[in-house]
Amino acid sequence: MTTLKRINGFWISFVLALVFFIVVQLLISGGMLNTFYINTLFFMAINIILAVSLHLIIGITGQFSIGHAGFLAVGAYASAIMTMKLQMPFALSLLVGGIVAAAAGLLIGIPSLRLKGDYLAIATLGFGEIVRIILLNVDYVGGASGMTVTHLTSWPWVFACLLITIIVIANFTNSTHGRACISIREDEIAADSMGINTTYYKVAAFVIGSFFAGIAGGLYAHNFYIIQPTNFGFLKSFDILIFVVLGGLGSMSGAVIAAILLTIVSTFLQDYPETRMIIYSLVLILVMIYRPKGLLGTRELTSFFRLGKAVEGGKQGENKQTVA
Amino acid sequence: MKTNKPLLKANNVGIHFGGLKALSGINVELNAGELVGLIGPNGAGKTTFFNLLTGVYEPTEGSIVLDNEKLNGLAPYKITRKGISRTFQNIRLFGELSVLDNVKVAYHSLARHSIFSSIFRLPSHFSGEKEIEEKAIEFLKIFNLESFMYEKAKNLPYGQQRRLEIARALAAHPKLLLLDEPAAGMNPQETRELMNLIAFIREKFQLTILLIEHDMSLVMGVCERIYVLDHGQLIAHGTPEEIRNNPKVIEAYLGEEVS
Amino acid sequence: MELIQQLVNGISLGSIYALIALGYTMVYGIVRLINFAHGDVFMVGAFVGFYAITSLNLGFFPALLLAMVVCALLGVIIERIAYKPLRNATRIAALITAIGVSLFIEYGTIYVRGAQPEAYPSTLLPDKSIEVFGVTISSQSLLILCTSIVLMILLQLIVHKTKIGKAMRAVSYDSEAARLMGINVDNTISATFAIGSALAGAAGVIFGIYYIKIEPLMGIIPGLKAFVAAVLGGIGIIPGAMVGGLALGVIEALVSGLGYSLWRDGVAFIVLILILIFRPSGLFGKNVREKV
Repeated sequence: MTTLKRINGFWISFVLALVFFIVVQLLISGGMLNTFYINTLFFMAINIILAVSLHLIIGITGQFSIGHAGFLAVGAYASAIMTMKLQMPFALSLLVGGIVAAAAGLLIGIPSLRLKGDYLAIATLGFGEIVRIILLNVDYVGGASGMTVTHLTSWPWVFACLLITIIVIANFTNSTHGRACISIREDEIAADSMGINTTYYKVAAFVIGSFFAGIAGGLYAHNFYIIQPTNFGFLKSFDILIFVVLGGLGSMSGAVIAAILLTIVSTFLQDYPETRMIIYSLVLILVMIYRPKGLLGTRELTSFFRLGKAVEGGKQGENKQTVA
Repeated sequence: MKTNKPLLKANNVGIHFGGLKALSGINVELNAGELVGLIGPNGAGKTTFFNLLTGVYEPTEGSIVLDNEKLNGLAPYKITRKGISRTFQNIRLFGELSVLDNVKVAYHSLARHSIFSSIFRLPSHFSGEKEIEEKAIEFLKIFNLESFMYEKAKNLPYGQQRRLEIARALAAHPKLLLLDEPAAGMNPQETRELMNLIAFIREKFQLTILLIEHDMSLVMGVCERIYVLDHGQLIAHGTPEEIRNNPKVIEAYLGEEVS
Repeated sequence: MELIQQLVNGISLGSIYALIALGYTMVYGIVRLINFAHGDVFMVGAFVGFYAITSLNLGFFPALLLAMVVCALLGVIIERIAYKPLRNATRIAALITAIGVSLFIEYGTIYVRGAQPEAYPSTLLPDKSIEVFGVTISSQSLLILCTSIVLMILLQLIVHKTKIGKAMRAVSYDSEAARLMGINVDNTISATFAIGSALAGAAGVIFGIYYIKIEPLMGIIPGLKAFVAAVLGGIGIIPGAMVGGLALGVIEALVSGLGYSLWRDGVAFIVLILILIFRPSGLFGKNVREKV
């Protein structure tokens, strides 16, 4: 009974997503969207993937990572090497980008077990910088002048990756594994004492999160014709961090909404980069002072439409909605 | 239900932080089914002892054996899975999680479905989650917490939070339950209810309980045996009656609250 | 000889890191906040010094003093406006605010005066070189080193011999207890920001003299590296920040000297990660209990 309902809910969302996909595809192939809008749309989707993947690490598991652009860079370069140097198909390159980034996530996740809070933040920031400096110094990938990359990113790819990211991370969150991660965020010592293998889940969150950041990297690289180490500095990391923080730490829909809004804002302000950064920074400070929980707090958008109570970190447990 | 089968044996256990000896030469033996108290003045090392038993700290000397298995050096989560769970002096609930989810977390180690099956929503995910949910709800009913099921844990009244923390610890299916000052901050009425609850769970789950408590009436009233710690060492051990009349204990508590 | 030459360069660079690291470490010691904006205070100091020298025709020392005063004020303003409301917030909220303040100062500066770099006049200090055993030491780097040392000694005196220093130590040890003992915690925290920021301002002017080129985003990398230095020495520990800064400067100079100058920035972060993993309390952690 409940399973039926759950499956129905899933399929309704799926069909809606499919309709959205087809409409946009028709608009694109019908030439009704100019390049500017298409680009913004792609950029938005990539930002959502990044936001959702970081949300898993920070919002759900509570591991304060501020070097997410490092994983983005790893994925971007790995997939670009696959297509440009090894002449591999795009799909495989995306996947490899994700896997290499996940390996980097494993690498940074393991030492992170010994670090907490501020220290972890700084270590991940250092990691992001190290990635950038390595890329800067390796001639194989073009050093400071970067790599030119063929434009292969298209709407079906972007959409498929976006959908998969959201489904995978929502499914993960909304399971006993996701609860284990949230319990670490809430109180690591208590989680440990409840039999949660905190080490395992922290690393798992890093690996899954960086995998999708790597996928985003692949899409990013093959959308912008050229990638350079300067695209992946910590300002990029902060951009992603801002999505997660503004949306509300622990709320996936919040991260998605923030990514959409801020992509629009920065597209409008792209000719005024200083103004954009000033607005960004002021918003960041004001939100932290007056609404430190962000847009949605730990709630999800779906919880506003239901009669049930808010449940953090994921969609509501399905049995509860029999009333609604 | 008391037996003479030893469940937990702490042999000559101690720990020092740098040069500071926090605990030394602690010998504690608990038989299956016993309810034992651990008392002592502030800073005597009671919570430190709990931290050693649960693996938060690793003892620098001695050994801890549960059911003939040595626990030294095991990660806390492994010790929990071997059968020791605990509550905390300052309640440590997962505040943003619902009451139900708090208990579900404790059932996590029983879950057999992998991350992979959850991500791809394989049948084992649904059956596994369903099992956890059913068990957790059943459990909340035992503790009369089912009406708060979807409430965030941090929004519960204090007494209920204590109750939930005990429920959560029990949901991890321990053989040995460690309660760290469960009556702290409770009024006499609530303390009495707590005593009943402890007696009830002990009966129902066939538990062994080790209890740290400041409230002497509670300790003296429910515990069969009592260990007394002072300055990181055991200074006495015996029945409540023996402890009450032990001059060393009286001395240690002089200036502290006396029963 | 080459090695010793690099060592000398490293110490000059290291003394700049040390001056910035002191502010990081003092602020962290007292409010447990990584003040990301600290590197930008350093940048503001460099610009104040530059304008003081070029527009007001001030000499080195007056310019240094002016930069220190302006930065001290800036530090206090930042603390009062952005950090004070967050004193009881989560660490993450405080860290994000600090990032926000940092971005605001950087891009605010660009907004006000543009992103173009400036060059410090090279005639400000007598440019003589001293040869010691085949190693060339410019009088500039000597003066810089002396200035840094004097400032550090001054700081030690303030922390250990004055009333405000005592208050700072008390608050960093236990701010609640300090409050109960009648110490004005808010003022003490402000004083800490003021002193730390003044040192960063001084570092900015010294940096300008030594490296000539300054620009609005110049604070980011030295700021991060100074933080590395603070962590290296054991965050919250004043002598640790000095030693950490010098050590980092020397390590970088040696890496450059070995011909890997492009990897210089990377080395600092590798040092950071290694320290965090293997000795998170820093070189001077545990043993030195004094914290400010």
